[in-house]
Amino acid sequence: MSRRLILWVPLGLFVLFLAVIAAGLFAPAERTVPSALVGQPVPEFDLAPGMAGRPGLSSAALRRGRPRLVNIFASWCVPCRQEAPQLAALARRGVPIEGIAVRDRPEDLARFLATYGDPFRSIGADVDRRVQMELGSAGVPETFVVDGRGIIRHQHIGAIYEADIPAILAAYEAAR
Amino acid sequence: MIAEAGLAALWLAAALSLLQLVLGAAGLRPGAERLLPMVRPVAVAQGILAALAFGALIWLFLRTDLSVRLVAANSHSMKPWLYKFAGAWGNHEGSMLLWVTVLAVAGAAVALFERRLPRSTLIATLAAQALIGLGFYAFLLFASNPFTRLSPVPVEGNGLNPLLQDPGLAFHPPTLYFGYVGISIAFSFAVGALVTRDVGPAFARAMRPWVLAAWIFLTLGITAGSYWAYYELGWGGWWFWDPVENASLMPWLAATALLHSVTVLATRDGLRAWTVMLAVVAFSMSMIGTFLVRSGILTSVHAFAVDPRRGAFILVLLLFYIGGALALYGLRVGTVKEGSKFDFVSREGALVANNLLLSAILGIVFIGTLYPLAVEAVTGDKLSVGPPYFNSAAGPVALLLAAIMAAGPLLRWRRDRLRALVGRIALPILISAAAAFAIVLLAPGTRILPFLGLALALGVATASVAPLWGRNLRRTPLFTYGMVIAHLGIAVALAGMASESAFTKETLVAASPGQSIAIGPFQVRFDGVEPVAGTNWTAIEARLTATRGGTSWPLRPQARLFSLPPPPTPTSEAAIQTLWDGQLYVAIGDEDSQGRWQLRLWWKPFVTLIWLGGGMIALGGLLSLIGRFRRERRPRAEAAEAEA
Repeated sequence: MSRRLILWVPLGLFVLFLAVIAAGLFAPAERTVPSALVGQPVPEFDLAPGMAGRPGLSSAALRRGRPRLVNIFASWCVPCRQEAPQLAALARRGVPIEGIAVRDRPEDLARFLATYGDPFRSIGADVDRRVQMELGSAGVPETFVVDGRGIIRHQHIGAIYEADIPAILAAYEAAR
Repeated sequence: MIAEAGLAALWLAAALSLLQLVLGAAGLRPGAERLLPMVRPVAVAQGILAALAFGALIWLFLRTDLSVRLVAANSHSMKPWLYKFAGAWGNHEGSMLLWVTVLAVAGAAVALFERRLPRSTLIATLAAQALIGLGFYAFLLFASNPFTRLSPVPVEGNGLNPLLQDPGLAFHPPTLYFGYVGISIAFSFAVGALVTRDVGPAFARAMRPWVLAAWIFLTLGITAGSYWAYYELGWGGWWFWDPVENASLMPWLAATALLHSVTVLATRDGLRAWTVMLAVVAFSMSMIGTFLVRSGILTSVHAFAVDPRRGAFILVLLLFYIGGALALYGLRVGTVKEGSKFDFVSREGALVANNLLLSAILGIVFIGTLYPLAVEAVTGDKLSVGPPYFNSAAGPVALLLAAIMAAGPLLRWRRDRLRALVGRIALPILISAAAAFAIVLLAPGTRILPFLGLALALGVATASVAPLWGRNLRRTPLFTYGMVIAHLGIAVALAGMASESAFTKETLVAASPGQSIAIGPFQVRFDGVEPVAGTNWTAIEARLTATRGGTSWPLRPQARLFSLPPPPTPTSEAAIQTLWDGQLYVAIGDEDSQGRWQLRLWWKPFVTLIWLGGGMIALGGLLSLIGRFRRERRPRAEAAEAEA
């Protein structure tokens, strides 16, 4: 490439940059980052029980036949308290909910469940956040809809509010 | 009336910048030279008017004039005066007005003090500065007017975001802006020199003090901002690779490279085209950073209200200014003669390596910041890029850069022998090796990057002061001391970063009153909590006592609730105990149903070195600046003495 041409490279790169940011600027503004795993099978994991007397959670269990919600939560997480009534309502409607407790301790968990209600069928202890990361979840709380073959069908980021319930139920029904 | 006066001053300043542009552009044509003497006074008047407009806004905030929309939306009559004052730039419109004011004042300073540049290049520079100003005046007046009145006038204002209610707000943004926007002068110099085809050592010597001054402010601003985030956010970290932090880091990287390449151009007449390119890139990074922050295109803790029209406006300005400068570069730089040649093993060679590595880091940060946008534009996928990418990509390059920085000042200009260099740098290498050995013995299992960082820091520190060895210290010029202190500052900051990342101890506990917590070498006793109140907040304050080796210190972290502005907003005020060998950092969280409090404790050995190093880097810049001025004065003074 001649020296003359090289001199125009910066301008070319800048135009490319402008194209990218113009696309970003005029794209619809939804600023959450969904997991790349939606539509994919759950990664392999096998979590020990989060507290005594309750089953833990493994990816094998999620492949056994029926769709369910997987709720990533923690006793130290404030929005998790806000979503507790909505989770309870979903559980009352017969939606099976499995829990993954992130960086938690059995005694704290027991207290949290005693205070805010316990909608979970099983609770896996994700002590070092590894499973949460592998699921593509960035924070707590998050909720995944997993179908009977263990494939992630839907991801809800943040606490579940009243208004979010229809969308989650719809995803759950669609996964049956 | 004050708001109208401020608005009038702003319009007048905009009109003067147009006049400055037209006079400059017309005066550069042959036969119209008589227009040229008018450009300087116009530039000075424009600077004064912009400063007046900004003064009017501060006055409105101090008086809490709620008939002005910006004041009503961002201030409150019950606020301490310091936050009323600083609140003037704690919002989008006010900070853009500060932006333009710095731009205009920097232009006025060039018009007043720059005496070395050939007149035609100076005029072209001032015209370029006016052209930049014009676009941003338009942005303020048409899309972000800070002086808009509000009717009906509200009884009380909305108040200021509690996170910003900290003395840091009074100092961090103005300091940062002086550097961030002050670097526009380098951009205008480059454009001016391209227009008059006058790129050479004289141009470099004229540009250097301006670049240095902006760079000092930028360094101070980034250092202060890092410390502010560290103590105010209560997350215990000192750098988050947040898009806005990156937006200030990128111009700093470019300006640091420019500072070094401009020295090659001034001393050895090399790197002509490259220096011009860097001058354009440095301020382009400032403008791109402003765009990224103001358009809300990237999510960030610094984001103000988001408005896509504003983003589109700045995008057009970017296209015009950066695109224009790069096109001018493509057209003109081919006609700039190549500078003089040099060997690879030489001071110039090391400075070129410095420039390439700084540019590599700049590229890494730039790509990391924009990658999510690019991916979304091409495939529609959303993702985020976090600290692991930045640390593992930029970290090794930064370490390599530090190593080259150790060797560079020990090399001679133009040509040197590798064997001679090895002789000069043997002691620093030995010290690094000894440090590496000591770390392996004392702290086995230290991760690779912090390990290399610590070992390198000691060697680099030794090598930084090596240029002073064997010299007459009283006759050594001040700018050599400046370089030594700035490079030593890099080593000090590097040691702090590596130590913080290798040896930090962290614990999160739910503590009942009376409980004792062990962290690092400390025992911390939690004595309980009590309520406290300030002018516009109430807080739960924890009382803790930290003990180490018989000495104890009280710690009082707070969970604050700002009652003004409504709604009540909680913030965390961490308690930080600074000791000679690090900081103990405690933040308080929520109470659980058993009356236990969530406490988060960190012991961060030598973390303070990070900001001490930052301060030393800026101090080195300042000494260098003073040294250059003294060097220039001296021949004249000596000549005067000889005559007398």
